[in-house]
Amino acid sequence: MSSRRWNAIFFVLLLIACMAGSVFFLQRVDQLRSGATLGEVLYIPSPKVLKRLSLGYSGLLADIYWTRAVQYFGGKHHEGAEHFDLLAPLLEITTTLDPQLVVAYQYGANFLAPKPPNGAGQPQRAIDLVEFGIRHNPNDWKLYYEEGFIYYTELKDYARAANAFARGSRVPNAHPFLKLLAGRMAEQAGSIETARLMWTAAYQTTQDKAIRANALAHLRALQVDEDVTTLEGLAARYKDQTGQFPSSFSQMESAGFMRGVPLDPLGRPYRLLPDGRVQVVSPDDFPFIERGTPPGYKPPATPKFLPSD
Amino acid sequence: MTSRIRWIAANTFREAVRDRVLYNLIAFAVLMSGAAILVGQISIDIERLVVVNLGLTAVSLFGVIIAIFVGIGLVSKEIEKRTLYTVLSRPVRRWEFIVGKFFGLAGTLAVNTFFMAIGVFAAVLYVSRHFQKADGWILVALYFIVLQFVILTSLALLFSSFSSPLLSAVFAFSLFVIGSFSEDLRGFAGMTHGVTSWLATGAAYLVPNFSALNVITSVAHEQPVAGHLIFYNTAYALLYATMVLCGAVLVFQRRNLK
Repeated sequence: MSSRRWNAIFFVLLLIACMAGSVFFLQRVDQLRSGATLGEVLYIPSPKVLKRLSLGYSGLLADIYWTRAVQYFGGKHHEGAEHFDLLAPLLEITTTLDPQLVVAYQYGANFLAPKPPNGAGQPQRAIDLVEFGIRHNPNDWKLYYEEGFIYYTELKDYARAANAFARGSRVPNAHPFLKLLAGRMAEQAGSIETARLMWTAAYQTTQDKAIRANALAHLRALQVDEDVTTLEGLAARYKDQTGQFPSSFSQMESAGFMRGVPLDPLGRPYRLLPDGRVQVVSPDDFPFIERGTPPGYKPPATPKFLPSD
Repeated sequence: MTSRIRWIAANTFREAVRDRVLYNLIAFAVLMSGAAILVGQISIDIERLVVVNLGLTAVSLFGVIIAIFVGIGLVSKEIEKRTLYTVLSRPVRRWEFIVGKFFGLAGTLAVNTFFMAIGVFAAVLYVSRHFQKADGWILVALYFIVLQFVILTSLALLFSSFSSPLLSAVFAFSLFVIGSFSEDLRGFAGMTHGVTSWLATGAAYLVPNFSALNVITSVAHEQPVAGHLIFYNTAYALLYATMVLCGAVLVFQRRNLK
């Protein structure tokens, strides 16, 4: 074999060895600088500057920033973070780069508005984002719906929610739900029925699995809240009649207060406590419930959505 | 063998000096002294920060430009001027030529960085009136910058061994930009699944990692650099540069120079 060939073999082997070595040490560097990867940094925070720098390729850049916003929110949400500092700037950059990217307003507002750890806890920025979207996409009824939804669920500003739904209902091809919601919001905004209608609308107006699961979880929570209120009322009435709380639902059934043992939305019986309070067996399966939890119960950082959702 | 590499390296250094590459030091000196004097008058309490940031950034950018624009001509210029034939007609192997060229340019950049480092420390002394312990980390930042140059020189040399100077410059500069975002690249690769994940991870590890070699901002804020990071970065940079040089040697050995 010629010396030239030996040389070639030597350099090929050296190249492979160096490549393996460099990957090894790069992994060690990454371990030391674990926070650096996709960390809390916006190289160019100004949307306008970024748009100019994009040299006309703003659509592609918007897609990249939207992906980054989704990954950022997903990562933070997964770790149960309390702060989502870069979320609003990322969404603002995305929508400035491509104001027609409706999906960024819809989902972005849903990321921004809810309280941590379900969202960034920035409902006003969510409203600003959707308003920006409405200015650029005035004929998209989903944006009015999002705005009304945030006013209703997060800000409890029913008048503005009604206004947003009403504006949306006048858009061509708007979902019929909007007119219904606008009317309901004006008449009985705080009722459980209105809340049920809102979450039913949320479920029906999207194909996204995560949003549907969230809507279903809220609908179940509303059902539990309603059930617990009713059952505790019945237990109180039982006490008024007999002088003591019932020891079981069967006892209430025998006394003619109900038919059968009441079941929660997942088909499991409610638990009746000696002091007349009613609890669900597994509160973790019902994120967002306000009643029926044990004293001092703390819900998990990340809401548990059931596989069936 | 060693003497031949040393001879080529010395000639490369001499040629770079003759090409007035080190003239950039004058521009650097003007920049640093201007910044040192000006920053004290127009800002409050960030004089040292600005001088360190500006100084180290200038060292890095000047060096990157030199590494790319001198590196891309290392082989192609020799072929164009036909001096390569004279060199290779002597008992010099092709791989020795490539390695010698690499050491010549890397040495030029190291000398250049040395003089610039003096400028940075002089400016820091001017604005702070005294040195402090944290200023020692500036040396680490400078060392990392030299490691960047080592990688970039090897890349420029690789491209120079098979492509035209213009394309080599484009390739080398593109890799510098990509390498500056390599941590993000690996982060994105980590979010993919299946075959895409393998391909993306492979690509992310193949491009040079310049981001971990840039500690300018933390050093400017007087933050220490971990000893492990210094060791890993050194090992990584040397292995990566050797890998690229092997590629350059393999390409150059197969190149028909007739």
